[in-house]
Parts: sequence; structure tokens; C-alpha cells
Amino acid sequence: MPFEALVAGCLLYVALMFGVAFAADRAASRGRAGWLDHPAVYTLSLSVYCSAWTFYGAVGYASRSGLEFATIYLGPTVVFTGAWWGLRRLVRVARRHHVTSIADLISARYGKSNRLAAFVTLIAVIAATPYVALQLQSVSLSFEVFATDSLADIPMAGGGGTALWVAGGLALFTILFGTRNLAADERHHGVVTAIALEAIVKLLAFLALGVFVVWGLADGPADMLSRIEAAATGHGGWLLKPDRWTALLVVSGAAVIALPRMFQVLVVEAADEDRLAVAGWAFPAYLFAMSLFVLPIAVMGQQLLPPDANPDLYVLTLPAASGQNWLAFLVFLGGFSAATSMVVVCTIALATMISNHWLVPLWLMLRRKPQSGDPEDLRGFVLNARRLAIGAVMAVGWVYYQATGGTAALAAMGLVAFTGMAQVLPAMIGGLVWRGANRHGAFAGVGVGFALWLAMIFLPSVGIGAPPSVPSGVDPLALAIFLSLALNTLAFIGLSIFGMPDPVERLQGLSFVSAVDPIRHSRMARGADQAEPLLVMARRVWGAEDALRFFQSEAAFQGRSGYLPDLTPRFLTRLERRLAGSVGAATAHAMIDSVAGGAELTVSDLMQVADEAQRAKEETQRLETARAELARTARQLREANDKLTALSVQKDAFLGQISHELRTPMTSVRAFSEILRTPDLSDADRDRFAKIIYDEAGRLTRLLDDLLDLSVLESGQAQLSVTPANLHDLIERALSAASATRPERVFRVDREPLAEYVGVITDPDRLLQVLINVISNARKYCDAEPPVLSIRVRRSLRGGVQIDIVDNGSGIEAARQSLIFEKFARLNDPARAGGAGLGLAICREIMANLGGDITYLPGQGGAAFRIALPRRPPVPANAGLRRA
Amino acid sequence: MLDILMIEDEPNIAEAVRFILTREGWEVGLHADGLGGIEAIRGAKPRLVILDVMLPHRSGTEILAELRGDHDASLAATPVLMLTARGQATLPAPQADAVLAKPFANDELRAMVRRMLV
Amino acid sequence: MPDRPLFLERASFRRRRLGDAARVLPVLAAALIVIPVWWVPEQASFAGGAVWLFGIWAALIAAIGVLHRALRRADAATLRASRDIAGDDDHAL
Repeated sequence: MPFEALVAGCLLYVALMFGVAFAADRAASRGRAGWLDHPAVYTLSLSVYCSAWTFYGAVGYASRSGLEFATIYLGPTVVFTGAWWGLRRLVRVARRHHVTSIADLISARYGKSNRLAAFVTLIAVIAATPYVALQLQSVSLSFEVFATDSLADIPMAGGGGTALWVAGGLALFTILFGTRNLAADERHHGVVTAIALEAIVKLLAFLALGVFVVWGLADGPADMLSRIEAAATGHGGWLLKPDRWTALLVVSGAAVIALPRMFQVLVVEAADEDRLAVAGWAFPAYLFAMSLFVLPIAVMGQQLLPPDANPDLYVLTLPAASGQNWLAFLVFLGGFSAATSMVVVCTIALATMISNHWLVPLWLMLRRKPQSGDPEDLRGFVLNARRLAIGAVMAVGWVYYQATGGTAALAAMGLVAFTGMAQVLPAMIGGLVWRGANRHGAFAGVGVGFALWLAMIFLPSVGIGAPPSVPSGVDPLALAIFLSLALNTLAFIGLSIFGMPDPVERLQGLSFVSAVDPIRHSRMARGADQAEPLLVMARRVWGAEDALRFFQSEAAFQGRSGYLPDLTPRFLTRLERRLAGSVGAATAHAMIDSVAGGAELTVSDLMQVADEAQRAKEETQRLETARAELARTARQLREANDKLTALSVQKDAFLGQISHELRTPMTSVRAFSEILRTPDLSDADRDRFAKIIYDEAGRLTRLLDDLLDLSVLESGQAQLSVTPANLHDLIERALSAASATRPERVFRVDREPLAEYVGVITDPDRLLQVLINVISNARKYCDAEPPVLSIRVRRSLRGGVQIDIVDNGSGIEAARQSLIFEKFARLNDPARAGGAGLGLAICREIMANLGGDITYLPGQGGAAFRIALPRRPPVPANAGLRRA
Repeated sequence: MLDILMIEDEPNIAEAVRFILTREGWEVGLHADGLGGIEAIRGAKPRLVILDVMLPHRSGTEILAELRGDHDASLAATPVLMLTARGQATLPAPQADAVLAKPFANDELRAMVRRMLV
Repeated sequence: MPDRPLFLERASFRRRRLGDAARVLPVLAAALIVIPVWWVPEQASFAGGAVWLFGIWAALIAAIGVLHRALRRADAATLRASRDIAGDDDHAL
């Protein structure tokens, strides 16, 4: 097949993957993730386990060492037989703590230690980068085999050019779909769906080839078996070595959990642990199907192809030599899928670890107090850090591939990566089942294992130093694996027994081992006004909309209205874990401490927590919900009662305030009209006093108008004239009308004109009244220099429109936020000028009449109001009567 | 020495009262905020204080209470005329020497001040 | 009334035994895969070994599938039974 045709086919396939990923992301963002969450998609995504190393390498492995290749798939099968109580538990605990990677899991378990996470990340990076290089090599090799033209003649493909193109394309894909958003849970629907599709291609290609080999080239299964027997007897390398067999089983079983890419798809991308009930048998079945034809293909390759043919490429050369070009192309796509899906997921996992455990902590350390000037700073930084890390991993992989130049050294990298990540496993499993495991033990175990792995496996594999000499009859790899894992476990257990964990760690240990919710301790005052700095912080990580939604739902759970929940332990715990889902446990913990004030956890707190946990465990689910329900109702009742009491006080106060507001202008009018009667006034004085009378009479009229307006609105008798209107025009008119307020202040108005061209069906005059009022208020009170007013229009979920009007002044203090919509709220306000303080009360009533509402948004870096309009105003109950 | 110190935040009312009383020959000073009200009284040592009840930052009632508690006995005994816009029903502050409800007749104000200054 | 608690006990008893089976299965699987290679490496290495290995493998997959189905049903039954009990308590109150 000519090189151009091959490239064209590849590009078509890649375009399909981009399309699928894009469609899945779109569906998920619109809340239609139903089929994306199907266990089948999850199971197929697990197949990133079968990278190009297994797709091409398994046949090569089998032709050299016979059945030994099967250990790589049997290990995971044994692990998955324990899916019900083992993996489900792991996924449940990890989801509960919003774990983002295996490094994050270890760090969260051992007292949210970022140093431990950074160390695990280091191992992952060292182990996985050569593995990425191996994938690039396999793609490039398969191109070389398959293209009938010599690659050296093609300027863009020769000398590693293919690998460069592939690496660049994969980096683009990963950055596009892997770093779209910094969600509160690290799931990538687009990537996972594309990978599930690639898994199908992979499997179909391999099965098709297998069927062709067994029934096309050989004479069916019986003939195949006798050919295997014949091939094996002549081949000494096929005799299984028990020690090696066992060691490889252990290591591949470990790898299916601990490899960064496997942890990503198995744990991080799992919506819940129930899908393991299906994946528990379906994933081993996938592995079974992938391995079934490996031995036949290896045997037929040996028999039919020239002896110098590379066994690692039998899967391609065998159909090509038999003239099956389409089958060969399908196999080529399968191998391409295997390599690309592995690289994409591996890079996402590594990039998450690098950004969360290396770059973000470094950044937070370098600039202790991030300025609130740019509200999106942290979110932007984390996303850019990930993009940078993706690029870097890919680049290092490519450089590594170029440097080692397609030697056999790379082929060994699969097992090297497996054994490296296996060193993390004792600390991980120990942390899940043993409350006594602690940070010192974890550091020691992982450290010892890492050092032995480096010396005995990794460095020899890249040609530095020699593998240790071993007694004859013992396999060196098996010895290295057993030795490193045994000493690792020993160090882990030893230091855990003698070390003393700190209280945070003991709390996390309890939560991981007993699967109970941890409780965060805070010594902060528990008032709602304390929640605002936390909201500001969450907004920096998630963006305004997500942060507000989370805070609102938490407040609603507590039975509160608005956006600021009480700082209960439950709320703080949930907030920290959601943040951990974005930036990792250690950083989330440090961030909340920095805002909420570090809560020194003591051992007595711990005892209390343990008691509480014990009691909570004994209580049934029903009682808990009932109690929560009761507490919520009680709270609502209390709020209602407070409101009623406040209302009757308010009524008296309201009458007094009306009296005050009416009498004040009347006093001036009466006094000056009497003064005007004195005969010897100068003309200038007379004029001035007449003007004062005129002004004060105007003020009286305005006040009466406002009061009348308010009472009409409050009784719901307001006549609305509902027509379609363009929001852009309304905002334009409001801005020009409001510019009469304090005209000497020049505001920069930050708008998004495109988003504003939205048709609304409402009473435009009333809406205009609200807009003018809010903008005038901003002009009146915004004390920033230079003042900036930003207006954002957004479609809300149910077809309505939200208008956010935010200034950059000092905002409204939390204690007053709930008062500003009350009548005469500004009564004791020194800055009150002109009006009596009915403006926002009228706005609230207008919005209620229009079927929407107006709320104050805390934590937006200034005074911020959200005006929410429904798709259309409600029809009043007596509309028909009035028309009649 | 100042005859009268008025503490009133509504500029038009302040101007009317000042106009009326100045024409009677009294010297009238003005302070327009509850904040610093007591310091203004201490500084001016007037013969009479006219005090609005509803002031920004500190209410007239608070200022009156502080004045009555002042350790300078002669200052603490300064006569105080309170102005209120809350209507006759809610006349505040028993510590005041006289209370005048807004709106008032100019003659009423003149007569009351004259009586208190003699 | 008396048959309800009995049903619960039966359901939870069955659920526990299935849980035990799920715990034993990995050990059994590992033993079936490792022991022959230590015991008779020559026979396990070639065509006969391949048949044995893939046979075990297929059997394991089937066993996991059946076990997981049963466990999910048992879980659902336990949940239903405990809800029924809870419902009775509500009536008593």
C-alpha cells in the first residue's frame, strides 16, 4: 500500500476519533451522558491495558518464550476475580475522596502529604516515559513495514518523522480533550469514549487476524494444536520457568491497578463502583479474546515467514505476505489504536500528577498570597500546567525514542514500567486495609522498592550498570521483582509499626480502612459570613458558575437560601474533597487551611471523631435521613419564625420610617413657606428658598410614587405589558439613563455584545427600571479607581436569561447582604443621597412580578447582582377577569 | 461663645432653622453628622443644643446620653432641644429638656428656643 | 409477620456465603494458574498447557460472571428485605 494512502487512511481514522471525542464531550456537557456511563464503555476503556507493546509485542514474546506471554493477561484476570470486594472497595474509597491519580490516593491516605505524592509522581514519570517512547516506536515501525515505499525517501517521515507527527497529533488530542475544563471530578467523557471505540477496533482487528490464521493459513484448531506442539518441542526457550511465571503474574496483577493510565480509567474515570460488577467478568473476557490467537499467530509466523523476520511485527507481516492487504490495514489500525489510546491516557494521568503534585504546590509556595486581581488565576494556571506537562511528557517520550533509536532496549520497557509502578502497591493496599500504616512506612517502603528497582531493573535496561549476578538456575528478573517487593513490604510494615502517625493521618486512615466519611475539624466561627472567602477561593479553581452552584446546593441542604452555607464540618469536608478532585488532596487541604485558618487537630479531637464515627456506623440509614430531614424542617421553621417576628417589628419600623421620610421634606416646605412671608427678604434669598420648596415637593412626590409602585407590585396587581424585546437595546438604554447618576465618574463598561443579543419576552419598561436601578447603584457606590462595571448575559438552563452586573468596588459586607432588598435599607447609610432606599425593594418586587428574581452574588470581587428572567412571565391568576 | 449648636443632617432643614434663629439675633453653629457630634458640643460649649434624632452613624439619643454623662458638670447640664420626625406618638429621650416634632411652626421654634435660652 | 425476618435472615445468609465465595475465587484462580507450572513445568509449557490455561481462563470468566449476577441479586434482595422491615417499624410507630 502506498505511503500516501496509508497516511490518508490514518488521518481519516484520527478524524473519526476527534469527532467521537467531541460528540461525547458535547453530550456530557448537556447532561446527556446516559450511554457514556454504560458499564460497557467503562470496560472497553480498561483495554488501554493492551498497549502496542501487547498488540505487537505479545506475538513476539510468545514466539520467543511460548506461553509465558499469557502472564501479562492472567495477572489482571486474577485481580479481577477479586473485583467484587477488592476493586469495588478501592473505587468506592477513591471516589469518596475525589482522588485524581494514584499519587493523590497515596498522599490522601497518608495525611495529605504532598511530598509523598511528588515522590510517587517521580516514579510514575521515570517508569512511564520510556513506555510512551515504545508506543511511538511501534507506530513508526508499523508504518515502515506497511508502506511499500521506503520511508527514508519521504522527507516528512524519514528519521523519526513519523513518530514526531504522531506525538504532535496525540499531544493536540490530549490537550484538546484532556484539559478542556477543571471540573470538580476529573472525568473525560470524550477521551474515554474515543478509547472505547479504539478498543473495539483493536479487538476486531486481532480476532480477524486470528481467525484468518487458524482457519485460513492452518487447518483449524486441531491442526493448530499439533503445529504448536511441534514448534514447542524444537524450542528450548518455551519451557516455563516457575519463578519467572509467578513473578510476572504478580507484577502484571499489580500493574493493572498501579500503572498511571490504568488507575486513570479504572478508578478516576469510574462514575461509581457498581460498573465493576460487569467489568469484573467482561474485562478478563476481553483479555482472553486478545490472547487466544497469540500463540497460533506466533507459530504460523515462525513457519511461514523468513527466519530473519522480526517476530514483533508478525501480526503485520503475516497477512501482508499472504496478500491480505485489507486485513493488514485493519491490523495496522488496531496497532495504531493500541498505541494512541495508551499514550493519550498515560499522558493525561501523568500530566494530572505533574501539575497537581509538582507545579501547583510549587506555584502556591512561590506566591503565598495570590492576589484577587485576576479571579481566574489558579484555574488558568492548573490548566496551563497540565497542557505544559502533556507537551513535556510527549516531547520527552519522542526524544527518548530518538536517542535509543528503535533498539530492543525499548521493547523491555513494558515490563520495566510494570515493575516500577508495582513498588507503589504495598503502600496502597496497606493503606486500604491496615489502619496502622503510616507515612513513614509508606516513604520507606516506596523508597526502598524504588531504589532496588532503579538499580536492578531500570538502569540495566537502559544500559547503565550491569544486572546483578545471581546464582544459576534463578531468573534474574524474578529475583529482582521478589527482592524489591519483599524489602519494600518489609520496610513499609517495619516503619509503620515503629512510627507514630499525626492526627490528620489517623483520621484519613480511619476513613480509608473503615470506609466512613472523614470529618474535617475547624475552629472557625460558624457564621455564614465566613463562607465568603471560601467561595472566592473555590471560584478561583472552578470558575464562578460552578462554585456558585456548589455553594448554593450546600446552603440549600442546610435549609438556607442564598449562596453562603454555614461552615459545618460536613460542608467543609465536602468542599475540601470536591477541591481535591481538581487540584489533589494535599493542595486542597492546604488551601482550605489557608482560608479557614489552620485547624490544629489534636488527639482528643480524634477520639471524639472516632466516637462519632462509631455511633454513625451503628445508626441505620433510615434514622440518619430522618434526622437530617427533621433538622432541615426545624431549621426552616426557625427561619420562618424569625421572619414572622422580624415582620411585625418591621411593620412598626416601616410606619415610623414612612413618617420620617414624609415629615423631613414637609418640614423644609413648611418652614420656608413661612419664611417667604417675611417682608424684608432679598430677591436672591427669596429665589433660593422657593427653589428649596420646589425641590422638596418633588422629593415628596417621588417618595409617594415609589410607595405606590411598591404597594401595587407587592399586591401583584401590577399591569404588565409583555412584549418581546432585545436585551442589548435595554442594557444600552439603561447604561445611558444611569449615566446621569454621578456623571463625573467615568466607568469602563465591560460587556459581551454578542451574548447580549438575546430576545426576551417580558415587560421591557419594568426590566429597564430594574437595570437602571442596579447600574445607578453601582455608579453611586463603587469606590474603586478606575471603576469598572461588567455585564454578563447568559442563557440559563430552563430557557431563561441571567444578567450579572458586577462592579469592582468593595462590595457589600456579608452582614448587610440579606438586608439590602428590604424597604428603607439605606436609612442609616451615610451615603444615602436623594431616594429613600426603596430602589432595590422595588427591583425585587418587579422581578417577582416578572417571574424571575434578583439576588446578590457574594464573593465576586465587588458588588454583584444577578437578575434572572424566566422564558416568559407567568400569567397572573386574574388575568382573564381583568380582560373581561 | 456660641449661642446655639445645631446637629442636623438634612441641609434644607438646617438652613431654615439657622435662618429663623439668626434673624432673632442668636449665633448658630452647625454640625451635620452624628459622628463627632459630642466633640462638636465639647468644642463649642453652646448655651443650647438643637439635636436631630435620626442622624447618620450615631443617633441623637446616643449623643444626648453621652452629653448627660459628661464629667464636666456644666457641659452635661447644657439644655437640649430635640427635633424628631417620628411624630408626636414616639417622643423620645426623657433626658431632653424639650422636644419639637417636625414639621413645626416657625413661631413655635422661636418661642421654645427663647424660653430655653433665658 | 414471622416469615419476614426469616426471609431477611435467609437473604443475608445467602449474601454472606456468596461474599465468601467472592473472596475465595482469586485464591483459587491463582492456585490453578501457578501450581501446575511449579509442579509439572514440561507438561504445562506446550500445547497441553495452552489448552489447560485457556480452559481455566474461560471457566474463571464464567464463574466471575455468575457470581457477580448472584451477588447483585442478593444485594437487591437484602436491601428490599431491610426496607420491608423498616416499613413495618413505621407502621408500628
